[in-house]
Amino acid sequence: MTDPTSSLNPIANGNLPGHHVELGAEIPLRLDSGAFLGPFTIAFQTYGKLNADKSNAILVCHALTGDQYPAEQHPVTKKGGWWDLMIGSGKVIDTSRYFVICSNVLGGCMGTTGPSSVDPKSGKPYGLEFPVITIGDMVRAQTMLIDHLGIEKLFCVIGGSMGAMQVLEWASKYSNRIYSAVPIAGAPRHSAQNIAFHEVGRQAIMADPDWCQGNYIAQKKRPRRGLAVARMEAHITYLSEPALHRKFGRRLQERDQLSYGFDADFEVESYLRHQGSSFVERFDANSYLYITRAMDYFDLAAEHNGVLANAFCDTNVRFCVVSFSSDWLYPTIESRAVVHALNAVAANVSFLEVETDKGHDAFLLDEPVLHKTLSGFLDGAIRHSGLKL
Amino acid sequence: MIVSPNVKPLRPDLKIISDMIEPNSRVLDIGCGDGTLLAYLANQKNVDSRGIELSQEGVNACVALGLSVIQGDADTDLAEYPSDAFDYVVLGQTLQATRNPKDVLETLVRIGRQAIVSFANYGHWRTRLSLLFRGRLPIPAGEHFGWHDNPDIHLCTLLDFLDLCEELGLKIDRGLAVNRHNRIRIIKTGSQTANLNGEQAIFMLSRG
Repeated sequence: MTDPTSSLNPIANGNLPGHHVELGAEIPLRLDSGAFLGPFTIAFQTYGKLNADKSNAILVCHALTGDQYPAEQHPVTKKGGWWDLMIGSGKVIDTSRYFVICSNVLGGCMGTTGPSSVDPKSGKPYGLEFPVITIGDMVRAQTMLIDHLGIEKLFCVIGGSMGAMQVLEWASKYSNRIYSAVPIAGAPRHSAQNIAFHEVGRQAIMADPDWCQGNYIAQKKRPRRGLAVARMEAHITYLSEPALHRKFGRRLQERDQLSYGFDADFEVESYLRHQGSSFVERFDANSYLYITRAMDYFDLAAEHNGVLANAFCDTNVRFCVVSFSSDWLYPTIESRAVVHALNAVAANVSFLEVETDKGHDAFLLDEPVLHKTLSGFLDGAIRHSGLKL
Repeated sequence: MIVSPNVKPLRPDLKIISDMIEPNSRVLDIGCGDGTLLAYLANQKNVDSRGIELSQEGVNACVALGLSVIQGDADTDLAEYPSDAFDYVVLGQTLQATRNPKDVLETLVRIGRQAIVSFANYGHWRTRLSLLFRGRLPIPAGEHFGWHDNPDIHLCTLLDFLDLCEELGLKIDRGLAVNRHNRIRIIKTGSQTANLNGEQAIFMLSRG
């Protein structure tokens, strides 16, 4: 069957490197919404070698717009993967020691089943027929992937931003299947402000006439402008005021004076426009709707009568929680709430707030303090676990 | 519990504290600095070592040693711990820097079966003479700050501390006064001598 998305959506054409596995064919995945999904595909990439007793696996969880290519050259952008600074031979997550797994989340657009995938029942892209998914559903799908790989227990689950939410979900629901957990720049729930920013992004997409009520693939259109605006707005929340000002100030873009019009007079405008237009080349608009929704629904305490500590009762997991001082999207107070909850169950936890003015995106950037802390934490976890590499 | 193979020799006051701690116990060190005491306890006494430290550098050094340390302080980050979470809670040279020493002390003996608290004794004869003859507020030996940037905002003498313990109904399991030559005296309740001669006081407390 010809993939109807191939001409319009080069990112979902199935020609990407890495692995694909079909899961849930016999027993479908029961989603938090009550719907069932199956069979579905998980696209994932691995780095390094799994050791004989399958004890050296690290699962890397990606953020909202990330994908399963954190390391090495990215097959679409041809730039370094989103966590290339962190993952590789001799790096913090050392691929000569660990077997690193990264899978595209459920609802994504890089090969894992999502709204742009073809619904086997209708033979057409799901579009808005795709069921609403949650962070819990994403992680449940990951556990099925880990089962498929024959791995009983992960040495570590690590991720930033939405990746941190998945890490917390793993630690809460599958604590016996992970040895250590590293949620970075995350939160135990989405705040009203977080939901508000996401809603603006979704409204931008849905206001684009090319969105076609979610049916744009069949209409051979793409809501480029809406998705670009969503990305521009979100991108601001990933930075900080000082970081933006340092990078751009009030400098003008390729001109000496103001245009007295609505061109991109300022460098910062030009930068955001570029962020928006390059994003639409690699991301699907409906995936953006579904994944932002999943994040909005995330509230770990709510599932435990409003007591976050109850999400971690009797945990044996070693935690390393990291936040960034200038992150106003998921500020330190959110990470501290996780730490206090872990203290309440006397869990083994380390916590560091990294001093930086780079905002939320600091977790992706060259932050030596972050890298040194994680190296030390992982080395300590190796010694404590007796992991043989 | 195995931490780093490199064990540094302990500062004398930390050595005294470490001698109070039984092997194979659970210890929380508040204001653990670079983790020297925790690493020593983990290596030499097989202690389950946890720490709280305010500075990014300190936390970084601790986590790099494989220790479990959170960035925080005694005033804001102790409340959530369950009662008797630890065998010992250590508060070394930090009590006087807390905003609310009374609440902190009560929390220490709640979350730990025993609390070990050390502080600079402002009742020492040097500090008394300094105020009497020089007319200046004393700064503890070896410190380089002035009155305006002294992190200790709630100064006390050894006797003041004992009064607070009595008010809170805390039991003094052990009390040691230490001078600058690391001579250790056992403190008897209400001891004017220890208050005069001890530059540092180290107490082991529990709920009364």
